Amino acid sequence: MLSNITLGQYFPGESLIHRLDPRTKLLLFVLYIVALFLGKGLVSYAIMAIFLIVIIVMSKVPPSSLLRGLKPLWIVIIITGVLNLLFSQGQTVLFTWRRISVTLEGCYNAGFMIVRIILLVLCAFMLTYTTSPILLTDGLERLLRPFQKIGLPVHELAMMMSIALRFIPTLVEETDKIISAQKARGADFESGNILRRAKALIPILVPLFISAFRRADELAIAMECRCYHGGEGRTRLHQLKYARKDYVAYVIGIVLCVAVGILGRRFGL
Amino acid sequence: MEHDTIIRTEQLCFSYLQEEGKLPYQVLDHIDLQIERGSFVVVLGRNGSGKSTLAKHFNAINLPVSGKVWVSGMDTADEALLLAIRRQVGMVFQNPDNQLVANVVEEDVAFAPENLGIPPEEIRERVDSALATVGLSEFRTHAPYLLSGGQKQRLAIAGVLAMQPDCIVLDEPTAMLDPIGRREVLETVHSINRQRGVTVVLITHHMDEALDADRVIVMGQGTILADGTPSEIFLQVELLREAGLDAPETVKLLYALRKAGWDISLDGLFAEDCADRIAAYLQKAE
Amino acid sequence: MEPILQLEHLNHVYSPGTPFEHRALIDIDLSIEKGSFVGMIGHTGSGKTTLIQHLNGLLKPTSGRILYNGEDIWISKQRIHQLRFQVGLVFQYPEYQLFEETVYRDIAFGPKNMGLDKDEVDRRVRDALRFVELPERILDHSPFELSGGQKRRVAIAGVIAMEPEVLILDEPIAGLDPESREAILRNIQDYHATRNNTVILVTHNMDVAARMSDQLLVMSHGSLYLSGTPEEIFSQTEALEQTGLTVPEVTQICDHLRRRGVPMPRGLYTVEAARDALLAMRGGSSHA
Repeated sequence: MLSNITLGQYFPGESLIHRLDPRTKLLLFVLYIVALFLGKGLVSYAIMAIFLIVIIVMSKVPPSSLLRGLKPLWIVIIITGVLNLLFSQGQTVLFTWRRISVTLEGCYNAGFMIVRIILLVLCAFMLTYTTSPILLTDGLERLLRPFQKIGLPVHELAMMMSIALRFIPTLVEETDKIISAQKARGADFESGNILRRAKALIPILVPLFISAFRRADELAIAMECRCYHGGEGRTRLHQLKYARKDYVAYVIGIVLCVAVGILGRRFGL
Repeated sequence: MEHDTIIRTEQLCFSYLQEEGKLPYQVLDHIDLQIERGSFVVVLGRNGSGKSTLAKHFNAINLPVSGKVWVSGMDTADEALLLAIRRQVGMVFQNPDNQLVANVVEEDVAFAPENLGIPPEEIRERVDSALATVGLSEFRTHAPYLLSGGQKQRLAIAGVLAMQPDCIVLDEPTAMLDPIGRREVLETVHSINRQRGVTVVLITHHMDEALDADRVIVMGQGTILADGTPSEIFLQVELLREAGLDAPETVKLLYALRKAGWDISLDGLFAEDCADRIAAYLQKAE
Repeated sequence: MEPILQLEHLNHVYSPGTPFEHRALIDIDLSIEKGSFVGMIGHTGSGKTTLIQHLNGLLKPTSGRILYNGEDIWISKQRIHQLRFQVGLVFQYPEYQLFEETVYRDIAFGPKNMGLDKDEVDRRVRDALRFVELPERILDHSPFELSGGQKRRVAIAGVIAMEPEVLILDEPIAGLDPESREAILRNIQDYHATRNNTVILVTHNMDVAARMSDQLLVMSHGSLYLSGTPEEIFSQTEALEQTGLTVPEVTQICDHLRRRGVPMPRGLYTVEAARDALLAMRGGSSHA
C-alpha cells in the first residue's frame, strides 16, 4: 500500500553524472537555482532547459520516471501559474472579468514561473536520482564543515539524516503491517468524515511511535557498542575526492550562471 | 590462569532504580564468572533471568552496582578504558533491523572502524575480510533492508568483526529468525570461533543452540543455576524444568525410557547419538 | 465434516507488470474443515503470510476464488468487512500493534468495531482474557507495562474477543522463551477445545506444528507442497528435507533407529509415541 511512495529515490548508475563528486553536484544545484532567478526571457530559459536536458540524457535516468515524480506537484505548479496570471501588473490588458484583468505580461509571468518551477524541481530530481543518500549526506557534511566552527552540529545533523534515510523503508514496512493488523481487527480507515478518519489513525500512529522510540533506543545502544562517540576522530571508508571532471563541471556551471545572469539582467533576454 | 581469562566478574550485582519506597529489584545477584579466551559459551535462561543484563556488563553498556567486571584485565568501570573495552568485546542484538546504521551493506560494516579512526585503506581491508567471513561479499553494495533476517544478522556480526574483537557477545541473535536464518547465523558464529579463535558468548533460550558449545551456563533469578559442559547440563532434566527451560527431545525420550525401567544413559544429545544409545540398549537386551 | 474455507485456483502476484513482479501464490487449491486445527509450515517467503492474508480479505487474489461457508468473499465490500470478524487474524509480533491506554480498551477494540453493545463487549473482553490466562486486575493497566509474554497474550485476546469462527495465528510463539511459548500454545489449544472453532496455526517450529494439528499444510515457493495428517507428512522425511525443512527431532531419532535396523513405525513425532513404540518392541521381556 505504501510501497509506491518514493522518498529520496535513487537510480543506481555509472554515468558521468552519477560519478561526479556529491559536493560538485550540490554546489552546481545551488548555482542552477541562482541562474534560474537571474534569467529573464526566452533565451535564458531556453539555455537553462537545454542544459538540464543534456544532463538528463547523460545521466540515463528514464525521463518517464522524472515526469512521474512531477505528478504530485502539478497542483502547486498550476496554482502558481494561475496566481501569476491573475495578479500580475501589466499594460496590455487582454480581457477583464469583474475586477480581475488578465494582461499579456501576466501570461508571460505565469509561463516563466511555471517553467522556472519545473526546471527547479527537475534539477533537484537529477541531484537525488543520481546521488545515493549516503553520498548526499557526506557531501553536505563536508560542505557545511566550516560552519562547525560557529557551533553548527554538522556531523550530528548528517548522522541524523543518514539514520533517518536508513529507517524510512523499515518504518514504511512497519506502517503497512500495523495497518493490516488493525484492519484485521475491523478498523475502518476509509469511511466517515475527516474527524472520524483522523481518529481512525490513532491505532496506527500510537504503535508506530512506540516502535520508533524502541528502535531508537536499541540503535543507540548498538551504536555505542560499535564505539560510536561522536564525530571526533572519525575516519571514512569512502573519502570524497575531487577529480578533473569535477573542476570541469564547476567551470561549466559558473559559465552558465554568469552567461544567464548577463543575458537576463543586462539584456532582459 | 589470568592470561587465559578474557572476561571475569567478581561479586557482580546489578539492580534497576525503582520508584521511591520500593525495594530495588535485584537483576544480578553476586555473580562470579570467568570466561576463557577462545571458548564458545552459551548462556541459557528464561526471560527475566538476568542473562541479557549480564551480557551488557561484558562491554560496559551496564556498569555493576557493586562488584567488578574485568575485560582482559581492564576494569569496565574505568571510563578511560571504555573504547578499548568495547572494541575488544563486540555485541550483536536480537533485532537485526535496530542495529544496522547505514544504507549500504559495506558502509554499515565500516561504521565501527570509522568510529575508531582507522585509516581508509585499512577500513577497506577489514570490511572486505569481515564480509567474506560471514559470506556476504556479493551483497557489498546492497541496501540492508532488502536482505533476509539471517543475512541481516550476519551483517550485524560482520559489523562487529570489523573491530577485530577478541570476543563477541550475541544476545538472542536467532530469536526473530526462521530455521534457515538460525542455521546461517549459528554456522557463522561457530566458524568465527573455530577459525578466528574469537571467544563467543551466545545468549539464547533455544536448547539446541547449546548442544555443541564448550560450556553452558544456566541463569535464573539473577544467579548462575548450573555451569558445565552441554552433556552435564542437559542430563539434569529436573533442573532445566525449574529454570523454565526445556530439555532437548533426545534427552526427553531417553529420560522417558529410563522412567519406564530401561537401564539407559541419558548421554545422547544429538539425534544420531540418541539413536545409537537406544539401538545399543536393544541389542544388549536381546 | 464440511469445509469452512475453500480456495480455488488461488493466485497472487505482487507488483504485476513491474520489474519487481513476484508470484507469491501459485494455483492453490485448498479446503479447510470446520472445527479442525490446521498447522501451516514453510520457510519465510514460501507464501504462508500472503496466503493467510487472503483468508480474511486483507489481500485480494489476482485470480481464483475464496469461499467462506460456500460463499465467495469478494461479492461486496460489506461482506469483506464482516469477514474480518469471522476470520480473526493474529499477526506476527502482535504486541507491536497494541495502542490503547488500558488492556481493557485494547481488547475491546475489535468487538467495538463490530458494533456490539456495551454489555456484550464487556463479556467478550473478560472471556478473552480468561482464555489467555491473565488476571482481571490487569484490565486497568497500560498494556505497555506488561512483560513481553503478557503483551503477546493481550494482543491475542484482542482477536479472540471478536469470537471468530476461524482463528489464524501467524507465528504466535516467535521470540518467546520456552515457558511463555508453552503457555500460549496451551491457551490456543484450550480455546480450540472449548469453542470448537477452526484454528490455523502458522509456524516454522516443526515440533509445535506436529503436536497441535489434525492437518498439516506445507508451503514451498508459493505452492501447496504437501498436505495431510502429521503422520502422513512426517513419514516423508525426504520430501520435507527437499524444501529445506526438517522433521521433528523425534522423527529424526526414529529415522536413525530404522537405519540401525530397529523396526520403528513411520511418522512418529512425539516423545510419548516413540517411547510407547520402543517399549512395545521390548514387549513383556523387559526387566521392568
